Amino acid sequence: MRVLTVKGVRIDDTFAEAFGMRATALTITADTARWARQAAVTMTGFATSVIGCGCEAGIDCELTAKRTPDRRPGVRVLLFATSTTELQKQLQARVGQCVLTSPGSACYAGIEGEEALKLGNALRYFGDGWQVSKRFGGKHYWRIPVMDGEFVCEATTAVTKKAVGGGNLIIIGRTSETTRAAAEAAATAIARVPDVIAPFPGGIARSGSKVGSKYKGVLASTNDAYCPTLRGAVTTSLDADAGAVLEIVIDGLTSEAVAAAMRAGIAAIVKLGPKRGATRISAGNYGGKLGPHHYHLRDLLP
Amino acid sequence: MKPLTLILRQRPEQRLDLSPLVPHLISGRSIAEIERLELQTTRWRASVGDVFRLRMGDPERVRIEGSCDRLDRIGYAMTGGEVFVDGDVGTQAGRLMSGGSLTIGGNTGPWAASGMKGGLLEIRGATGAFLAAPLAGEMAGMRGGLVIVCGRAGERAGDRMRRGTIVIEGEAGAYAGSRMIAGSLFVAKKAGPLPGYLMKRGSIVLGAGCEAISPTFVDCGSHELLAMRLWAGFVHSYSKKAATLLRRPLQRLAGDMAVLGKGEIFIGSPN
Repeated sequence: MRVLTVKGVRIDDTFAEAFGMRATALTITADTARWARQAAVTMTGFATSVIGCGCEAGIDCELTAKRTPDRRPGVRVLLFATSTTELQKQLQARVGQCVLTSPGSACYAGIEGEEALKLGNALRYFGDGWQVSKRFGGKHYWRIPVMDGEFVCEATTAVTKKAVGGGNLIIIGRTSETTRAAAEAAATAIARVPDVIAPFPGGIARSGSKVGSKYKGVLASTNDAYCPTLRGAVTTSLDADAGAVLEIVIDGLTSEAVAAAMRAGIAAIVKLGPKRGATRISAGNYGGKLGPHHYHLRDLLP
Repeated sequence: MKPLTLILRQRPEQRLDLSPLVPHLISGRSIAEIERLELQTTRWRASVGDVFRLRMGDPERVRIEGSCDRLDRIGYAMTGGEVFVDGDVGTQAGRLMSGGSLTIGGNTGPWAASGMKGGLLEIRGATGAFLAAPLAGEMAGMRGGLVIVCGRAGERAGDRMRRGTIVIEGEAGAYAGSRMIAGSLFVAKKAGPLPGYLMKRGSIVLGAGCEAISPTFVDCGSHELLAMRLWAGFVHSYSKKAATLLRRPLQRLAGDMAVLGKGEIFIGSPN
């Protein structure tokens, strides 16, 4: 494989392979930014991978009061799933259990589109007949009486079929500390890109996986080619100086957003340099035959 | 492009039905064709040309000047465009309109916005009884859209309304929001007796209270609800007075318990 070097950081001439997904967005507000964030964090918990969690979710950005429908502090949340049916199921369960229950919260559509997902239309039954429908300015809301007043929830949100899941960067460094520093810098840069999330803890995954396993029924297993402790035992993808590998997985509402996030991540890693950060950047793919979206690292260099 | 302007020659001797003079019906017609449209409500024929002087312009923007209270059904079933009336109008202004904007510079007669489904009706003066109400035999009144009344509204404003928003910046007569099925009615100044009489669902906000409340409404306490903030945000560009009042704490009364009891009346604080 050809290797490019930018400011001392080796960048593999390879590509990240990503898949089409269904996605939606929500705006969650509360009386304070802290409680809006709390509701969003709770709702997007256990949503790192569609393989085990049903969906991938995360916080896109925090919103000032001027940018929310009810002029309170808010958070924009993105949810990704492999089908509209699963997305609807996850949305309903997560908003019902994590946002409806959060003090002072309200929930609104965070994306516009032709195809709708039920939001308040599904949760209104919690009102047990006391729920109130309101339409203002072309928007339909449900007011559901709860113990601290009312939970206001927009009737529907939209689903986009242009979403992309599985954009990724594999970050390789000499030690755990420097590799983590590079991954943190990349995750911070990616968090600033609109319409994308990095769904793993803090945006970073340490247990990158490959498809399949030696065990029957296990869909994914450890990516042994990138495990430094197996370097001599398996067909490795690591160089002799590699001591740790971390991965950033990126989901975006559009392919352009994923590319922008990967570009921002690479730029942040390169800026940190090989001494304090990563020595090498790679990307995961399946040979290009499974996912329709290919993000070549050479096209995303700073 | 200038609006298509109709200037009333003189006060007509009979009531006139102006329902043909809406943008979607006059669009594509020549000035002669428009002048031949008949408006009479009696045996005596009265065409547009007999009653108005016409100044051709954009048919999507109609302006009626020198209007009087004998001009009925202005903006009837309009679907889009703009109609501006400089003066008073008669009965049923904006009845069954589903889009566009109708502005009445003066007062209107009864049944303005009757059965309205969408669009914006702005009445800069006062309006008569049965604002947004159904005509006899109809099941529901207003079903969507926004009505702004800058002056006073007569009795039974919002009678049987089912959806949509009404903002009355002045006073309202007796039985405001009577038999409401759903929707939102706001009255900035004092309302007459028994608002929300037999309402099933829907929300009525009385910025300055009312003469008498029905005993079939029960007190649910004072609240500052998020839904009111959303309502305020929606009406802010149309009525700053309404938006200001909606952002204050409001006393919630649930009712009418004589019927379904899922409706609500909010009463503003005196300051």
